[in-house]
Amino acid sequence: MTAQLLSPPALGESTLFRFATAGSVDDGKSTLVGRLLHDSKAILADQLDAVARTSADRGFGGANATGIQKIDLALLTDGLRAEREQGITIDVAYRYFATDRRSFVLADCPGHVQYTKNTVTGASTADAVVVLIDARKGVLEQTRRHLSVLRLLRVPHVLVAVNKIDLVDYSEDVFAGIEANVRQVGAELGLADVLVVPVSALEGDNVVAASPRTPWYAGPSLLEILETLATTDDLEGGLEPFRFPVQSVIRPQGALAPGLADDDGGLAFRDYRAYAGQVASGAIQVGERVTVLPSGRPTVVVGIDFAGTELQRAVAPQSVSLRLADDIDVARGDLIAAAGTFAETSQDLYGELCWLSPKPLREGAKVLIKHGSRTVQALVRVISGKLDLENFREQPASSLELNDIGSAQLRLASPLPVEAYARHRRTGAFLVIDPTDGNTLAAGLVREHPGDHEGERYSI
Amino acid sequence: MSTSTTIVSAGATSTADAAPADAAAAPNAALGVASGLTEPRAGLIEDQPRGEGAGAAFGAEAAPGAAPAGAAPTRLTSLDVLESEAIHIIREVVAEFERPALLFSGGKDSVLMLHLATKAFWPGRVPFPVLHVDTGHNFPEVIEFRDRTVERLGLRLVVGSVQEYIDRGELAERADGTRNPLQTVPLLDTIKINRFDAVFGGGRRDEDKARAKERILSLRDEFGQWDPRNQRPELWNLYNGRHTVGQHVRAFPISNWTELDVWRYIERERIELPGLYYAHEREVFARDGMWRAVGDVSQPRPEEQVVTKTVRYRTVGDMSCTGAVESAAADAAAVVVEVAASTLTERGATRADDRISEAAMEDRKKDGYF
Repeated sequence: MTAQLLSPPALGESTLFRFATAGSVDDGKSTLVGRLLHDSKAILADQLDAVARTSADRGFGGANATGIQKIDLALLTDGLRAEREQGITIDVAYRYFATDRRSFVLADCPGHVQYTKNTVTGASTADAVVVLIDARKGVLEQTRRHLSVLRLLRVPHVLVAVNKIDLVDYSEDVFAGIEANVRQVGAELGLADVLVVPVSALEGDNVVAASPRTPWYAGPSLLEILETLATTDDLEGGLEPFRFPVQSVIRPQGALAPGLADDDGGLAFRDYRAYAGQVASGAIQVGERVTVLPSGRPTVVVGIDFAGTELQRAVAPQSVSLRLADDIDVARGDLIAAAGTFAETSQDLYGELCWLSPKPLREGAKVLIKHGSRTVQALVRVISGKLDLENFREQPASSLELNDIGSAQLRLASPLPVEAYARHRRTGAFLVIDPTDGNTLAAGLVREHPGDHEGERYSI
Repeated sequence: MSTSTTIVSAGATSTADAAPADAAAAPNAALGVASGLTEPRAGLIEDQPRGEGAGAAFGAEAAPGAAPAGAAPTRLTSLDVLESEAIHIIREVVAEFERPALLFSGGKDSVLMLHLATKAFWPGRVPFPVLHVDTGHNFPEVIEFRDRTVERLGLRLVVGSVQEYIDRGELAERADGTRNPLQTVPLLDTIKINRFDAVFGGGRRDEDKARAKERILSLRDEFGQWDPRNQRPELWNLYNGRHTVGQHVRAFPISNWTELDVWRYIERERIELPGLYYAHEREVFARDGMWRAVGDVSQPRPEEQVVTKTVRYRTVGDMSCTGAVESAAADAAAVVVEVAASTLTERGATRADDRISEAAMEDRKKDGYF
């Protein structure tokens, strides 16, 4: 079957949607990604020619193949020389395609080595993740691990593509069995609304257009789903309170941009002072009250500037500059939050750590924590356990190894305005960095503090 | 835990629901005029003259930000989101590094980068110098544009010269005459001499399969090498720029843009580019399936016939390896239409250096190229 081609990307304005693909070895993920790119015309003639030549060299599709069947779609996502030589994909690759409605950023996460690292990386910025399952194999251990990571990272939408449905003769029973299994795992995890779609990436069934060969499936195609899902900012924009990590203070003084000083010698900007940053969550309007953290000083936003235009309102994820009513001490690393929405800052950090480094974590280690726009030193006080991805229960642990997901208590050198990731994705995320070589060791998710008062948690 | 997987049934999608908001924003963006939804800052901006090329100094148009109170949430277009992401990255790098610089060739991606930088620090000046590795084979109009832009924005220009390396015998001219691959040594030396610890590049992941795996902040060792197998995971929008002595970081704020995004943004923001990006008449000859310009370093062989064609350039590199495409697209709007309908990638269509082998870019990147 040749999938119906989409019309070229609209020249009007579309919205951006980020998604990731995750799967196990040989479940046809590269073919699926190739299919999406090909059928959305993201692959241009010179790329297709190169792939067609290689496919022909390898005898892909056999003598009777015609048209697209002669092309190994998986080659479209072929990456680096080392990967081709070893026949594996090493690292997350980013792909781009667009339909009339949306521009897509696709983080293609390989399922071979370091799949937790890749999945965590891809999922951290994704509005949705497509998990592939081979229809002949059903839910594998790795599928459970993937779903577990997605649950932990609170990816807004989880889609499961049951691929190679052609190889099980488009069997409704096989699909229904896998779907029930996925829903059961989803229920164990608390992933309530997983969407399950039968597809054949190779043949194009239900990837871009609904397939006549799965009449028992009434739902939309994979791409139709991706085109209509709400983005993270759509979902959270109206719900989450305003959070704004200050990146820098803009105080041009003598270094005014050329042209701005022509009329009055720059008098209008002589006392200009604004705080640059990207709205992490929520929205802010001129005149609204805010609190600057960690100092806790209250003030009012009197202006929102964006490159010479004054805005009345800014929403996530806009990059803007805020002017405040009071001349208070605000610096990089501070967080500006909607007044009355932030309880306290803390020097104690309870976190879930997705350990991404071959260097294990031990109690007593000194690390750096990057949270928002601030980096602080931290001491790993206690490693309290790690997640058994088989049954999603925490088991005792005193160290964390590569691909482990564990929990730890850290003591920070200075307080951070952290919030639980479960409630605030943007201000609940942090990096753990190795102070010696600067490498990123872990993706961190802030946990609820077990107590309300710092002193009651433990004595130092 | 958000368990509400919101999928709206076809015909009543969230995108469709937001149509009024989009419709309100899009015309302004397309025209590049101040949005009616935003308020110019009385007494400050209104009074500022917009001279020649002011559109490139900072945007003629800002993201649509202000919705009336109680209205539907502001919906940002894909360009708004990409612009915001790039500005966030530029600000992070400037805040966390001591000596950043921006690679500026006068090519469209680097011009766009500079435009984003002016927006990021408005009303301040762009707080870093620009760096150009001059192959000596540049189009004269691009060098002229480069110098004019640097002057207009009050920037410091640092030039690394491939010609000087060749003159000193430190680099050898290649048999095929192209100098793009020769840029790596002068680039690394210039970074070292000036002690730049972060260098912004306009590389995009859609350009090449090696670039598809590039990080937004890409750590380079003492030899400037890119090690694709040992890259740091890049999580959320938390960028880790930690590096040790001798290492530096390449920063790619427009990683997630496509060629079409770049052109749409150039159109929306009315960003000035060197004239050769738009249709013009030029003496050319056919070589390797491309139209090559006739110039000092780009001479036709006896069997190659020189003709006059209406062409434009999709990429601007060396005269000796960059080809033109036949085109009647005379402005950014026409280019957007042309790029959307194009059946060839920009590098495939116009860059001889990327046709050398399947892994040409990968090999150059590993050696320290951008």
